[in-house]
Amino acid sequence: MNTTEQSRAGVEVRMEGLRRSYGPVVALDGVDLTVKPGELVALLGPSGCGKTTTLRLLAGLEDADAGSITVGGKDITHLPASRRDMGMVFQAYSLFPHMTVRQNVAFGLRLRRIARQRRDQRAMEMLQLVDLTAQADRYPHQLSGGQQQRVALARALAIEPQVLLLDEPLSALDAKVRAQLRDQIRRIQLEVGITTLFVTHDQEEALAIADRVGVMRDGRIEQLASPTEVYSRPSTPFVAEFVGLTNRLAGTVADGTVTVRGRALPLVDPATRPGPAIALVRPEAVTLAREAGSGPLTGTVIASTFLGATSRVTVDLGDTTILAQIPTADAVAHPAGSRVTLTIRPDPVLVAQDPPA
Amino acid sequence: MAALSPIAAERAAAAVTSVPRGARGGMRGRRRARLNLFRYVTFALFGAFFLMPLWAMVRFSLEGSRLGTWSVAAWSQIASYPGLLGAIEITLELAVLTSGVMLLLLLPTMIWVRLRVRRFTRALEFLCLLPLTIPAIVLVVGLSPIYNRIERFNVSALMLFWAYVILALPYAYRALAAGLNSIDVTTLAEAARSLGAGWGTVMARVIAPNMWQAILNALLLTVALVLGEFTIAYNLTYTNLQVALYAISRNTENAGVLFSASAASLLFAFALLMIISIVGRRRRGRA
Repeated sequence: MNTTEQSRAGVEVRMEGLRRSYGPVVALDGVDLTVKPGELVALLGPSGCGKTTTLRLLAGLEDADAGSITVGGKDITHLPASRRDMGMVFQAYSLFPHMTVRQNVAFGLRLRRIARQRRDQRAMEMLQLVDLTAQADRYPHQLSGGQQQRVALARALAIEPQVLLLDEPLSALDAKVRAQLRDQIRRIQLEVGITTLFVTHDQEEALAIADRVGVMRDGRIEQLASPTEVYSRPSTPFVAEFVGLTNRLAGTVADGTVTVRGRALPLVDPATRPGPAIALVRPEAVTLAREAGSGPLTGTVIASTFLGATSRVTVDLGDTTILAQIPTADAVAHPAGSRVTLTIRPDPVLVAQDPPA
Repeated sequence: MAALSPIAAERAAAAVTSVPRGARGGMRGRRRARLNLFRYVTFALFGAFFLMPLWAMVRFSLEGSRLGTWSVAAWSQIASYPGLLGAIEITLELAVLTSGVMLLLLLPTMIWVRLRVRRFTRALEFLCLLPLTIPAIVLVVGLSPIYNRIERFNVSALMLFWAYVILALPYAYRALAAGLNSIDVTTLAEAARSLGAGWGTVMARVIAPNMWQAILNALLLTVALVLGEFTIAYNLTYTNLQVALYAISRNTENAGVLFSASAASLLFAFALLMIISIVGRRRRGRA
């Protein structure tokens, strides 16, 4: 049986009004989230925002105080974890140390009383999917961290779960392995077509792998949208500042624009209240040119960070500093100490304002 | 003083730097030798301290009726000595029963508390370690009324296993707790449950096999405790191996049998320790 034959249409996951408290601490404060069939949604947020709690409630490893969870139209809110039909990969290495790789992958099938020959065959297919057939008879301690997580993925998929849950599975790995495994997870998820919820605190990971990204804060989802939209059109200042780097520039809102250092920029939300505000400008929207006269957007380059194809240049404007992310080929023309004039691209920007008095 | 040629100066410098290095190496070597000597002497002293009485016991059990002769009569009498074989048998049965009950009660409880009600960890630890603070003779005072009632039903000495489970709790708890601490119980259990395992399967097929060494250690401690227990059995008027040995010791003519039976029980405990150690090592090698 090949992967295409194994794949089945993903199911819809719907969470409504999920609440969970630990004593006085509210971990989830009414989370509503719908994951479409076959979709990969990444939950992103700082520590303690409730993303792992959401995943654990869905897995049945914890009980919700309120709210409901339906998978494929079936209410599973009160179903125990062992009967939820979900595959899960954990942040910590979770392979059973006393079993070989093959036995680990076949464990869930054994519980389902699948005949030995059939489950061995299925285990090898899954190991083939994660390129680990050669390690089938090794024990977990004989594998690297990345290999262990790939086995954990194979084990989770072996039982043909309805939903795949990934709880920061890459966080313990080094950068190179993390990028490789991230791509492999996405490839397999698309091949199998399984509905997947992926929890991470790494924004790059979330933006790279997900169909949609849910940014969480204080037990609520602040924005749920495609990676492009979350990055380029953040719905709140928190999202803008959490996802990617942001320059905070003082300005004034009037007539549907915000004027920053003499330059009028369109607003994401034209209905923004007039008055003083902080404009949130992405470093990519800032370009540099050799100093041409003086003005509010003229300053001195104080640092340049090489990032590969692009460089991040820090410019001192006197009363504040501003980051510009420009092609490295252009950045070399502006070494530290050189005077430059900045241009801000007129993309719609989000502003942060003090609440009305 | 004449100036040194460049080569001579280089040699002189090398000599200057090599002397302290050699001296450091010599000092380290001497310190290591002293440390090794200390280790050997300590090991030999402690070895002698433990082995001398055992050697004396075995030697006495092998002495013949006349001075300077040797005999295995005391050892061969173990099987025929009145009541001794029965006492050995009941003690072995008690060891098996106590170990089984202790394991069945304690292991699932500890895993359950660790996984589901972690806030009770301290309370469980306190309860399990409590018997350490109660002298056996005090325990007998508390247990006497219960055993007096049980005796009406004419039960065998096997009923001592209840008391022995209590006595073994602290040691077994410590051994099992060390095993539980060495693995990520929560993650393993959650991984198994997400794959469809119920709580029984989680305990029996995921957690327990990963703390096999700790289980064997708990068993060994329990068996050793039962083999050597005297106070409770004697005071509750049951006969186990130690009580039988004590009875023999009252008759000095049969002192040889006393020592041969004591040596046999020690050899049995030693053999058990070896078996457990080998089994544990094999499992560690595999996993």
